[in-house]
Amino acid sequence: MFENLSDRLERSFQLLKGQGKITEINVAETLKDIRRALLDADVNFKIAKTFTDDVKEKALGQNVLTSVKPGQLMVKIVKDELAELMGGTSADIDLTGSPSIILMAGLQGSGKTTFSGKLANLLKRKKGRHPLLVAGDVYRPAAIDQLKVLGEQIGVPVYTEEGNMDPVKIAQSAIKEAKRQGHDVVIIDTAGRLAVDEQMMKEISAIKKAVNPNEILFVVDSMTGQDAVNTAKEFNDRLDFNGVVLTKLDGDTRGGAALSIRSVVTKPIKFVGTGEKLDAIDVFHPTRMADRILGM
Amino acid sequence: VGKSKVDDEVLDNLEEVLITSDVGVETTLKIIGRIEERVSRDKYLGVDELNQILKEEIAALLEENNSEDVSDFELPETEKPYVIMVVGVNGVGKTTTIGKLAHQFKQAGKKVYLGAADTFRAAAIEQLEIWAERVDVPIVKQKMGADPASVAYDAVSSAKANNADVVIIDTAGRLHNKVNLMNELSKIKKVMSRIVPGAPHEVLLILDGSTGQNAFEQAKQFTKATEVTSLALTKLDGTAKGGVVIGISDQFKIPVKYIGIGEKMEHLQIFRRREFVESLFSES
Ligand SMILES: Nc1nc2c(ncn2[C@@H]2O[C@H](COP(=O)(O)OP(=O)(O)OP(=O)(O)O)[C@@H](O)[C@H]2O)c(=O)[nH]1
Ligand SMILES: Nc1nc2c(ncn2[C@@H]2O[C@H](COP(=O)(O)OP(=O)(O)OP(=O)(O)O)[C@@H](O)[C@H]2O)c(=O)[nH]1
Ligand SMILES: [K+]
Ligand SMILES: [Mg+2]
Ligand SMILES: [Mg+2]
Repeated sequence: MFENLSDRLERSFQLLKGQGKITEINVAETLKDIRRALLDADVNFKIAKTFTDDVKEKALGQNVLTSVKPGQLMVKIVKDELAELMGGTSADIDLTGSPSIILMAGLQGSGKTTFSGKLANLLKRKKGRHPLLVAGDVYRPAAIDQLKVLGEQIGVPVYTEEGNMDPVKIAQSAIKEAKRQGHDVVIIDTAGRLAVDEQMMKEISAIKKAVNPNEILFVVDSMTGQDAVNTAKEFNDRLDFNGVVLTKLDGDTRGGAALSIRSVVTKPIKFVGTGEKLDAIDVFHPTRMADRILGM
Repeated sequence: VGKSKVDDEVLDNLEEVLITSDVGVETTLKIIGRIEERVSRDKYLGVDELNQILKEEIAALLEENNSEDVSDFELPETEKPYVIMVVGVNGVGKTTTIGKLAHQFKQAGKKVYLGAADTFRAAAIEQLEIWAERVDVPIVKQKMGADPASVAYDAVSSAKANNADVVIIDTAGRLHNKVNLMNELSKIKKVMSRIVPGAPHEVLLILDGSTGQNAFEQAKQFTKATEVTSLALTKLDGTAKGGVVIGISDQFKIPVKYIGIGEKMEHLQIFRRREFVESLFSES
């Protein structure tokens, strides 16, 4: 869809070739190209600006004559900076506690229920755990059935209370049940909610307070645009979540939301979703994501 | 704000508003370019005039929605049953929009049928069944894993046999870069015309209002596979603005017909260009 950034930069750097060092003036065009690439990738407007300012600082004074392809030098600076911003702290999940409690949160349709199934499957197959899935979405039509079908597909039991409209109570009872049955991980699926929906945001805070989760995972669609920062910030202000799950990366989105979210909440991206099947889960790779955002 | 003359600062602010509404760089530059032209032509353009012109320019990029002039949620009398096929990527709100649309048509006194041709996603059939119960309309379904084209065929046949006014076909969410799934969609589309010539009369592409620039590629690929005829923009009850539809509507000449503003049955509205453009410039 968009022109590759290295091609673009190579073009704008042809102008620089005769000038030796990167300066404030001769780098302006290049920075514009980088900013454009970030915006095309859905990186938030303000974050794209800060990012290009940082890149400028790093680039100023570097000698372009020493590199054969000066565009590549710039690309490297950009990629390293991007990867560093998105990488960082360990992305393991906290599985201490008996049981360890994991709570899902996010907007409607982001992939929470599917990811709950994927995580249960991963923990069961790869870590020898005995998870219990909890149907905490009491609103969406057939949300409980959906989780039940997924549980069946992976052979993981699903705790449900048909007719009970109180997800806080359901979560509490589920944990008691998990203890009774010797489950060592409890994964609580919740309804999708908008950050501006006060009642629903209070509900998820109440669930958090009642069950004191080891991990709260914020599940976000990788196709999300500029709004990613608002949503991530609001959910983080309310829940102080532990990590981010980036779903639907099997599409062709550039996924700039990853950078935006990391920049506003400084929480690690712990997993990515790469398909509808229950084994389509992967850990997050910052350098791959940097390439992707830049369209390489 | 507080300025009486259009200068670079005003245009920079404008750029920020448009980009943060997901309008995208290309369309934003197009809009700003047109404004700059006006500024250089009519030398003393003030900020008030700018706002007026700006809204006109953006509205002009949005295809006219034909249903705007008739009463809400009208169906063409000439096609019976009128067949609507609903498509889109995963989780955008296809099934929910179908429930809401069914409600509107039913309210308008139409006989509505639903077809549960998402036979793939866990409990997708049950989800549509609940909507059919809520709205109180018949649903045609098979088991999970069944051939979706066969369900669509059945649904259109039943609707025709029962003299329904409209039949709405749900399909599984699919990412537009998956060739096999997109081919499957073309096949689902094709079988319906064997029962009702010209069906589906409408292919409604659902776009999530919080989606960024990838929506372009969605529109492109779904149009290629199914000749999309209209768009619906969902989840506008959140803080996302959905500005990406401006460029999409302009480039593909497809009107935005509906907007989703919540999860309830009544949370569907006819898209109004002016109101939408206003909302881009309103706070929050
Ligand atoms: N292609 C793809 N589809 C996914 C992925 N994760 C989830 N989905 C699909 O996205 C859609 C929404 O997923 P759900 O798990 O129902 O999302 P949710 O957040 O639970 O939705 P609500 O409960 O309605 O808020 C479904 O069609 C899933 O199959 C992924 O990584 N890749
Ligand atoms: N806030 C809000 N939520 C919506 C709107 N439309 C749909 N949703 C929610 O978005 C989620 C996904 O909606 P679905 O109708 O299941 O989406 P879908 O496109 O059919 O999903 P798949 O079939 O899995 O691809 C559900 O939680 C809906 O309640 C809307 O206009 N506003
Ligand atoms: K979404
Ligand atoms: Mg769910
Ligand atoms: Mg659906």
